Amino acid sequence: MPLKILVTAKRVEDPESKIKVKPDGSGIVTEGVNYKMNPFDEIAVEEALRLKERHGGEVVVASIGGEKSATEIRAALAMGADRGILVRHDGPLDPVVVSALLAKLFEQEKPDLVILGKQSIDDDQNQAGQYLAERLGLAQATFASKTESLESEAEQKKEPGVKLAPDGKSVAVVREVDGGVETLEVKLPAVVTTDLRLNKPRFASLPGIMKAKKKELKELQAAALGVDLSPKVVLKRLESPPARKGGVKVQDVEELWKKLHDEAKVV
Amino acid sequence: MANVLIVAEQSAGAVRKATLHAISAGRELARRTGGKLHLAVLGSGIGTVAEELAGHGADVHAADAAVLEHPLAESYAPVVAEIARAAQAAYVGAAATAFGKDLLPRIAARLEAGMATEVLGFGGDGAEVTFRRPMWAGNVLAEVEIATAVKVFTVRATEFPAAAKEGKGAVRAAAVSVDAGALRTRYAGFKEVKSERPELTEARVVVAGGRGTKGDFKPIEALADELNAAVGASRAAVDAGWVPNDWQVGQTGKVVAPDLYVAAGISGAIQHLAGMKGSKVIVAVNKDPDAPIFQLADYGLVADLFKALPELAGKLKGSR
Repeated sequence: MPLKILVTAKRVEDPESKIKVKPDGSGIVTEGVNYKMNPFDEIAVEEALRLKERHGGEVVVASIGGEKSATEIRAALAMGADRGILVRHDGPLDPVVVSALLAKLFEQEKPDLVILGKQSIDDDQNQAGQYLAERLGLAQATFASKTESLESEAEQKKEPGVKLAPDGKSVAVVREVDGGVETLEVKLPAVVTTDLRLNKPRFASLPGIMKAKKKELKELQAAALGVDLSPKVVLKRLESPPARKGGVKVQDVEELWKKLHDEAKVV
Repeated sequence: MANVLIVAEQSAGAVRKATLHAISAGRELARRTGGKLHLAVLGSGIGTVAEELAGHGADVHAADAAVLEHPLAESYAPVVAEIARAAQAAYVGAAATAFGKDLLPRIAARLEAGMATEVLGFGGDGAEVTFRRPMWAGNVLAEVEIATAVKVFTVRATEFPAAAKEGKGAVRAAAVSVDAGALRTRYAGFKEVKSERPELTEARVVVAGGRGTKGDFKPIEALADELNAAVGASRAAVDAGWVPNDWQVGQTGKVVAPDLYVAAGISGAIQHLAGMKGSKVIVAVNKDPDAPIFQLADYGLVADLFKALPELAGKLKGSR
């Protein structure tokens, strides 16, 4: 049974960038910072592509943000997604707003499955997928993972970790929870959020990048979707965490032991 | 009235430790807002757990029903939302465990509330509470305000003390109007990853290994045994399939803040540092003197972990 999948690709600061807070605490310094697709969303895109390769269907990639977020949509199209939707919104995004906008896209697109990264690595809220599922009255399977390692044969073969039931009406999702792994079966349509070890995202190929340029990328205005766009979580002030005074080297285990035992008194 | 509701987490008839830390956070909030602390607990056959929770002096809303046997966000969220209304709660929180992170946003959506994840502390004046939380993997601390009538949050357990018992609350049965037949989620099993060691996020000491172990975690585990420590790992070690997924410490794994963190054979990628730099004392053992972990470590030892760790374990054994 072919699956229509809606997947998200948020534009975020590159996780390898050094993040610095502006002196007045109003935001972060953006000069010299690179941007890329949220790493958890890359995993979501990869999973959507694997499901499509296995079962057929369509992968629609959505991003919410400024004009530059088209770059992240193109990146997902280059990986193999079929078409993109950019919801233009230049204000702050919180999960309440994001999930309301995604709910509108869900109504328009009527996908079988929505796959999102479990969190974006800028605000680290880990909420949008859960909000979306509740808004739509759907089942959620958060923190999707798999039991096989990322070095396993299944991973080499690019098998999806999310398993479609033979009747095509539900998917089974392995989730990482405290103390073990849990399996949920969720009826379609459903919302899945991805954890780190679900898959290793592919790199876009050169032909993929060329093809992506010709794929459809629709632009919508957030303000025209009938959603309250005022953020519910308001950033008052940002600051850098207190710096650690590290860098002390000890000569040998004897000295380390003494430091831990006599100075830090932790052992 | 700005009452506070903390959602407790239980498994097999026992209250999860992280919940005790969330109760402390709830108490602090109730003090600030002048409201009352309430607790919610859900499950099937949870009478004993509810009684135990009542020992924290708060009223306990116990939703006890077969349909709640497994913690499914889909079935738990409406029940907690009802309890929140009944308790006139303006604040609804839980510990930032897998359970809390899965469930609380769904409750927030139901209560039309904004939410703050992984709260480290509270600020603001009196009843005007602000939430302090990490962003960008802990590279930034943000003070946020939630602009909705009800405010939902999860707390990082290590930032609040475990609540001691005090007083005696009442246990009330909460209404459960979940139609099992209408649920779109089916619980299809759980595979426990058994460990004799303390839970990674709750341990006082963590010994973690990385690429430098080359897949041999024996020295890590032996030292952990001596220290009654939890064992952690870098993403490299987990991705290589050397150790289970839930050992991973980092931005994308578990965030830990023990009294002592020993990083062995871990170079110190930003993503790993984000998960452990809140530790009180950090020890790094690495062969590479230029490994970034040394800039953060209180005590760095340039050495082969296969020699240094057993030697340190020996000293510990000798000191007892």
